Amino acid sequence: MSAKDDIVIIGAAETDELGKLPHMSTTGLHLQGARNALADAGMTPADIDGIATVQTPGPVAIAHAMGIEAKWLDGTGVGGTSFLFHVRHAAGAIRAGLAETVLITHGESGRSRVDAPGWGRSPQSLNGQFEAPFGVFGPPTAFTLTALRFMHETGTTLEQLAEVAVAQRRWSSQNPRAAMQDLATVDDVLASKMIAWPFTLLMCCLVTDGGGALVVTTREKAEARGYDKPLVHLLGAGEAADSPMVSQMPDMTSFGGFKRSSAAAFAEAGISHSDVDHLMIYDAFAHVPLYGLEDAGFVGRGEAGAFVAEGNTSPGGRLPMNTNGGGMSYTHTGMYGMFAIQEAVRQVRGEAAAQVEGVERSVVMGNGGMFMAGATLVLGRSPR
Amino acid sequence: MPPPTKPAPVPTPETLPFWEGCAAGELRIQRCTSCGKHVFYPRPACPFCYSTELEWVVSDGTATLHSYVISHRAAPGFAEDVPYVIAIVELPEGVRMMTNLVEVEADPEKLPLDMPLRVVFEPRGDVHLPLFAPAGSAA
Ligand SMILES: [Zn+2]
Repeated sequence: MSAKDDIVIIGAAETDELGKLPHMSTTGLHLQGARNALADAGMTPADIDGIATVQTPGPVAIAHAMGIEAKWLDGTGVGGTSFLFHVRHAAGAIRAGLAETVLITHGESGRSRVDAPGWGRSPQSLNGQFEAPFGVFGPPTAFTLTALRFMHETGTTLEQLAEVAVAQRRWSSQNPRAAMQDLATVDDVLASKMIAWPFTLLMCCLVTDGGGALVVTTREKAEARGYDKPLVHLLGAGEAADSPMVSQMPDMTSFGGFKRSSAAAFAEAGISHSDVDHLMIYDAFAHVPLYGLEDAGFVGRGEAGAFVAEGNTSPGGRLPMNTNGGGMSYTHTGMYGMFAIQEAVRQVRGEAAAQVEGVERSVVMGNGGMFMAGATLVLGRSPR
Repeated sequence: MPPPTKPAPVPTPETLPFWEGCAAGELRIQRCTSCGKHVFYPRPACPFCYSTELEWVVSDGTATLHSYVISHRAAPGFAEDVPYVIAIVELPEGVRMMTNLVEVEADPEKLPLDMPLRVVFEPRGDVHLPLFAPAGSAA
């Protein structure tokens, strides 16, 4: 692929801290992530001509706060996977000549809720009529609703569900920035506080404050600037929608967002599963990575639970997955996708806390809402 | 401050016949007269063939337990219900809906997937909600 069409991530960084940050607003977290990503890219706001981010506060507010006169803006907001969508949209826009260098930001005061958007949904919305009346209380009681059906159809056991959390603690125990660094056993996971049967606390993601940002441009531009870190090439990407309500998924045991976006991304990248050295699958809850492994075809139907339990995704395994510790043990602001991309970039560059040896290609799979929208990125150390 | 009340749906023009049905003790869903498929949630056009010729039919009030969680955290208004079952049930026509299970203990041992259920209607705000009980329990 020509240097002009080869899209690269030239800047990637998170906020200085993650966790409980009541001294920072939602917008402040966006802007700190942006500052750190620009510094990583060796750029200033004057180098940016495109902005993509979610509400809150949206691309206009971020551009304005940074003094950027953007000529391309994207406010796609489809939940936690939005930032994967933004990377794909930025690539398309850059190739089409609509922008040269795009800044993608995330900031969320998920825990302290400083200037955070409200939870409320109109009682006239679909959700307000057909889900909220039944006492769903955010993701812990709605996102989890499909799991018993998945386990029933695939033969996945409760212990295997717990193994997802156990495997990720093995990674987070090597990561000083992770919120939860203690190793956990299956018994620890199953004995933790019951949240929504069959999900205990340790099978659920954290709720934190934090942010991060990416700078996306062409290899041509990156090479002209003499960038000194390994470039991270976007080899393929895909996006897809499933259902706006978890209760209306066509199939509760498979996520169309993972299935279709991964097929598109793999086809564009021209890779097969054996070419993947490192994997990030959005883990708001322990069942989600199991869906991802099956929906993307890394394993066969009903094999994901055993695959994880046998250590294949753990340190030393053949498919290292969620190596930052994931949303369950690293951080989860609410829209976790940005952090999954950040870890993939670190792994491809060779600068992760729990670095996997020789990562040539990394795949990131994001979920938005509760099995609402999905996206997949294939990132590589070498151009396509 | 009074304790929070459970959220009540507010119908829209598209969904009003469904809620009117619940108030009348009927579980009404849409059926496409063009392709014959059933549709839930209520919509102006069929998602399978895009026909706007949808009619309202009365489902027989039976369902099976498709999936569920037992919530140990109270949503606003649900403090006295904890632990409570949030379920997805499947009607004989193949459509699914979210609901709560009633007249059954919130115990996984008592809640095998695919168990037969029957609808009961509970007043809430200005509407009646379709909830489901084990098919064999007393009406
Ligand atoms: Zn039709």
